[in-house]
Amino acid sequence: MSDLTGATRQSPAPSTPARARRGRPQSQWWTVWVFLMPALLLFLYFKFIPMFAGIEMSFQQVRPFLGNLWVGWDNYARVVTDPRFHSAISNTILLGVGQSVGAVLGGLLLALLLEGPSRVLWFIRTAAFLPVVTATAVVGEIWRIIFFPAPNGFLNSVIGLFGMGPLRYLEDPAIAIYSVMAVGIWQNAPYYMVIFLAGLAGVDRSLYEAAAIDGAKLRHRLLYVTLPALRPAMMIVMVLAAVRCLRVFTDVWVLTGGGPAGATEVWMTRIYSLGFERNQIGLAAAASILLLITSVVLTMLAVYLTRARRVK
Amino acid sequence: MTMISETKRPRRGKIDGTFDTAIGWQSGTAQSFLARALPAALILFVFAGPIMTIIAGAFDLNPDPTRLTLWPTNPSLANFEVATNRGIWGYFFNSLLIAGLGLVLQIVVAVTAGYALARRKFVGQTVVLGIFLATMMLPEEVVAVPLAVVLGDLPLVGVNLRGTIFAIILPVAASAFSILVMAAFMRDIPEEIIEAAKIDGASEMRILVQIILPMCTPALGVVAIFGFNGIWDQYLLPIIAANRTADYTITVVLSSLRADVQVGQGVLLAGAFLALVPSLIVYLLLQNSLIRGITSGAVKG
Repeated sequence: MSDLTGATRQSPAPSTPARARRGRPQSQWWTVWVFLMPALLLFLYFKFIPMFAGIEMSFQQVRPFLGNLWVGWDNYARVVTDPRFHSAISNTILLGVGQSVGAVLGGLLLALLLEGPSRVLWFIRTAAFLPVVTATAVVGEIWRIIFFPAPNGFLNSVIGLFGMGPLRYLEDPAIAIYSVMAVGIWQNAPYYMVIFLAGLAGVDRSLYEAAAIDGAKLRHRLLYVTLPALRPAMMIVMVLAAVRCLRVFTDVWVLTGGGPAGATEVWMTRIYSLGFERNQIGLAAAASILLLITSVVLTMLAVYLTRARRVK
Repeated sequence: MTMISETKRPRRGKIDGTFDTAIGWQSGTAQSFLARALPAALILFVFAGPIMTIIAGAFDLNPDPTRLTLWPTNPSLANFEVATNRGIWGYFFNSLLIAGLGLVLQIVVAVTAGYALARRKFVGQTVVLGIFLATMMLPEEVVAVPLAVVLGDLPLVGVNLRGTIFAIILPVAASAFSILVMAAFMRDIPEEIIEAAKIDGASEMRILVQIILPMCTPALGVVAIFGFNGIWDQYLLPIIAANRTADYTITVVLSSLRADVQVGQGVLLAGAFLALVPSLIVYLLLQNSLIRGITSGAVKG
């Protein structure tokens, strides 16, 4: 910041009309770099240096105080052949796909139900959005209570009304991942609701009218008018949701810590326990780089889809 | 304070209320009101209910861990007293300090970089833009492990940030999203206004602070609410950046409060309440910007 204030002082004060009248030439080419400097330094130090350090570490056995050993592709080979990593990847895919599809469909349903100009609907929309702005750690604590595993736990009492037995949501390896998925859907659906509300607002109302005149029923109207209008938004939302789900960490960590018995272990929780709990930093770095590559490929796919839509 | 509203819809020709929404509800008719009331109440219960129970439980002397209530049955502040003894306010202020300083820094960085990108032409502009865009593809979680090592010994300058507040606020200040939002908004400011200021002899800094910035309030709102939410929701970074547990933020401390067998659920909920309130306040104050940010980002692509 001191650089910036210095730069302003060098420029002449407004009391030099002769120079000012000619207009300020954009000749001080370096001032633009003064403005960019804080951003570039921060990105260099906290994004790019860690990324390159990560790539380097992924080829090393990281030994604090002893000096690192170069091990080549060894870390990658160990990650790729690690059975726990395999189950972490399949859990990530299951969780990612389930959460994305669930949250997007949930968001669409919410948007359809809550579309409209009335004040009451405004209020409900605003209240329904609360999970999105609540910190994930807090969301985790709420759901641990909802999932209370005793027969008189909250969700168990609710499903008891429908004659379903008490479940041990987060403790049962068979259903723990679906419980985590439900929390993700609950937290993200209102986010997509807002996107779809904006999409719905852009649908030409006269199309609805025309469809009604042609005798279209509600489901026809949704299928042939509303959904096609939302499809561009939907596609991007789905791919971006998938990319986001790849990195899911806090939800899982707060809810289950990856347990029971690794049933909810995902890519990031595996990296966390490798890197920070077992100090296998080289291995964790290799797993991180693989995650990074997957993310980049998926993001590129999203960008490509966006472009393709523009061209159409 | 406005609620989540829909953006203006094109109204062409005479349109009867039936065709106002995709499903075809009509506002104002009793039949439609009844058809909507049930799903609406269910939505309210499912999405807002659990949040409200935190507030109820936090002020309840001994909340039943098996039940969710919307009102405290034994109203009391005892939970907060126990939480105070566990040092909850220290963690709360850690969080506030980090969110406050981190956000200010993020905004300063986004405004200066956004200004340079939007209002100036320079050699290497595409490269710089590419650098910022590339980091949006670089998930912060992925660099967590090497970042933990880098924070302990910053290359070239050899500074150890770990255990200081800078270990958290400097990484969160680097937000490509904020820079791009500011740049996109500043690009639309008419050149004439800036030319006029230049002719009056205003310096670059003056133009930015006194002319451009006041015109950027909507963009600043978007950056502020996304920035605050992003920083408040940080979980991994405070863990890896801290040397001692006293440096943790309130969101991180909730899990150790839960693991503490000597405190009950009420105390945990009191902590969750404190972690919830600032984000609620920011949301209610700036929600219009949030909606604008989400919809412009997603629908425009």
